[in-house]
Amino acid sequence: MTDTAPPQEKSGKRGLLVTLEIDSRLLGMIGAFVLLCLAFNFATDGRFLTPRNIFNLSIQTVSVAIMATGMVFVIVMRHIDLSVGALLAFCSATMGVMQVWVLPQTLGLGIGHPLIAPITIVVGLIAGTLVGAANGWLIGYQRIPAFIVTLGGLLIWRNFGWYESSGQTLGPLDSTILNFGGIDGTLGETLSWVVGVLAAASAVWALWRARANKVHHGFPVKPMWAEVALAGLTIASVMGFVWLLNSYQMPVARMKRMFEARGEVMPEGFTAGYGLPISVLLLIVVVVAMTVVARRTRFGRYIFAAGGNPDAAELSGINTRMLTVKVFALMGFLCALSAVVAQARQTYHTNDIGTLDELRVIAAAVIGGTALAGGIGTIYGAILGAIIMQSLQSGMAMVGVDAPFQNIVVGLVLVLAVWIDIQYRKRLGEKI
Amino acid sequence: MTAPLVELRNVSIAFGGIKAVDHVTVDLHPGEVVGLLGHNGAGKSTLIKCLSGAYQADAGEIFIDGEKVEIKNPRDARALNIETIYQTLALADNLDAASNLFLGRELITPMGFVDDAAMEAETRKIMGRLNPNFRKFKEPVKALSGGQRQSVAIARAVYFNARILIMDEPTAALGPQETQMVAELIQELKAQGLGIFLIEHDIHNVMKLCDRASVMKNGQLVGTVDVKDVTDEDILGMIILGKMPDRAR
Repeated sequence: MTDTAPPQEKSGKRGLLVTLEIDSRLLGMIGAFVLLCLAFNFATDGRFLTPRNIFNLSIQTVSVAIMATGMVFVIVMRHIDLSVGALLAFCSATMGVMQVWVLPQTLGLGIGHPLIAPITIVVGLIAGTLVGAANGWLIGYQRIPAFIVTLGGLLIWRNFGWYESSGQTLGPLDSTILNFGGIDGTLGETLSWVVGVLAAASAVWALWRARANKVHHGFPVKPMWAEVALAGLTIASVMGFVWLLNSYQMPVARMKRMFEARGEVMPEGFTAGYGLPISVLLLIVVVVAMTVVARRTRFGRYIFAAGGNPDAAELSGINTRMLTVKVFALMGFLCALSAVVAQARQTYHTNDIGTLDELRVIAAAVIGGTALAGGIGTIYGAILGAIIMQSLQSGMAMVGVDAPFQNIVVGLVLVLAVWIDIQYRKRLGEKI
Repeated sequence: MTAPLVELRNVSIAFGGIKAVDHVTVDLHPGEVVGLLGHNGAGKSTLIKCLSGAYQADAGEIFIDGEKVEIKNPRDARALNIETIYQTLALADNLDAASNLFLGRELITPMGFVDDAAMEAETRKIMGRLNPNFRKFKEPVKALSGGQRQSVAIARAVYFNARILIMDEPTAALGPQETQMVAELIQELKAQGLGIFLIEHDIHNVMKLCDRASVMKNGQLVGTVDVKDVTDEDILGMIILGKMPDRAR
């Protein structure tokens, strides 16, 4: 595969992991994450691993996680993007101005018009993509180092957004947009189960297709029990996650209001879970799409090739300059998508939205095993990195760690994660 | 006499005032191996990069089958069935053999996705022919030995039906057995009617593999000789002193 696969077809030592074809680095990260959760859960007397907290963790992670998937591509190509937080603020300001001032007032659509949300989002996505493409053009065609271009962008775009919004807090936001915020936009229990079943079914179908394809070409395949175990594990994780989110019960007062809004009276003893937040669903869609792009498209293959050996990519006839433009445009698009989620979560736009997100996004990608030297990185790793970062931060807040120590710990974890990764690669390098 | 497969005519290229290649003319016929010789910095690699599309010549013309062509980038060269095996082995270390072999020309499923399984199957086929001992299909090529990497690079050139093959010191990083493998491969490709430009330092290999040798010194062509008309010492004289041997004059 394009990423670092564990050594296969090697000497007779075929462990369980090799048979299951599971990345041992992924397993290490999951192990570290589980330990982290258990430790926090112990320290908070069981408050960390409640449906409520897991729900909150999920929606807090989305914005950074969406951008982290794009950052994987940027870093794999040996670039960096320091402007993502500022770009998020610019897109958020643009969309805030659109939905609060331009569309309802200047264009006279009025508050709550159904076209406001789609137009706003499309304008935001276009703005983000264009800024990203401009960054990519400066980097790819004008050969200005990405560090400099995006460092400039860090200063430029947040303040461009400030100028656009005249520094004002923009709100209230359109009600459809608010659905992307998390707690105000969930699928409810039934729909969440439906999505869960569909997701699990497509995952199993993908596994089966991969096997069928290998058999078709006469390649060695995993033993059937390994396939079944992997499929079972997938189904269990998906369904478990849905079950957890469904277990987070809506407060009675909130449900009463919802019934009153529909002109009904809430029956006695009625309960409902929140279910899957729309923002998390959006993240899942982004992750699947970006994983497919990374592994199964020419675009993704060229990103990894250019990161592994830029000269080789160029000599193979790949237009690496245009590729740089596309990668940064995609990064800009994802920043705009994150901006929708971020502004909806705080229910209004402010100038400081997404401040320091560039560091969280880069840290998530790097903790997730993306190598700054280029050529190596996975989407799922970056997501796990984002989740670990967010868990650390909110876990420490719950435990009551002093604010300075929270940042010190996050910084140490970042350095430690990269050090472990280097040691791991070294060991792998010796074995090969 | 038919038109040569390739002719580079009066090619010049300069870098910041230094003439790396100065009015050099070389040609190549089908089924022929032409060695390009000279000291480091004589301009061999630079000359050949004008043909592979990595550089563009400042002056001069390139003819394929007697027709003038423009080669602006590696894509143009590939479209003319010119394949290059670079001295630095232009492989992406982080990708596996199949991804490297098909880099820039991936096989695609009807849905438009890269077809890794089909590419691996094709790679297994061609490697079975070129290097039957090759097993590491799943690993990134950085895990391969020099010879294995070289066979991936050669497989890439051969798979896409090259008519003109440029090999820049293909055996420089290889052990004796692997060098032998490459030598046999060159003979086989030659028999299939390919034209091969071989940049080579080892006189012994030149005498063994090449039909003609073109020697360069300080960016200029010293001359081109039939290998069977000259001795090792004659060629060394051309490389070191930059003068043609007496009997070939």
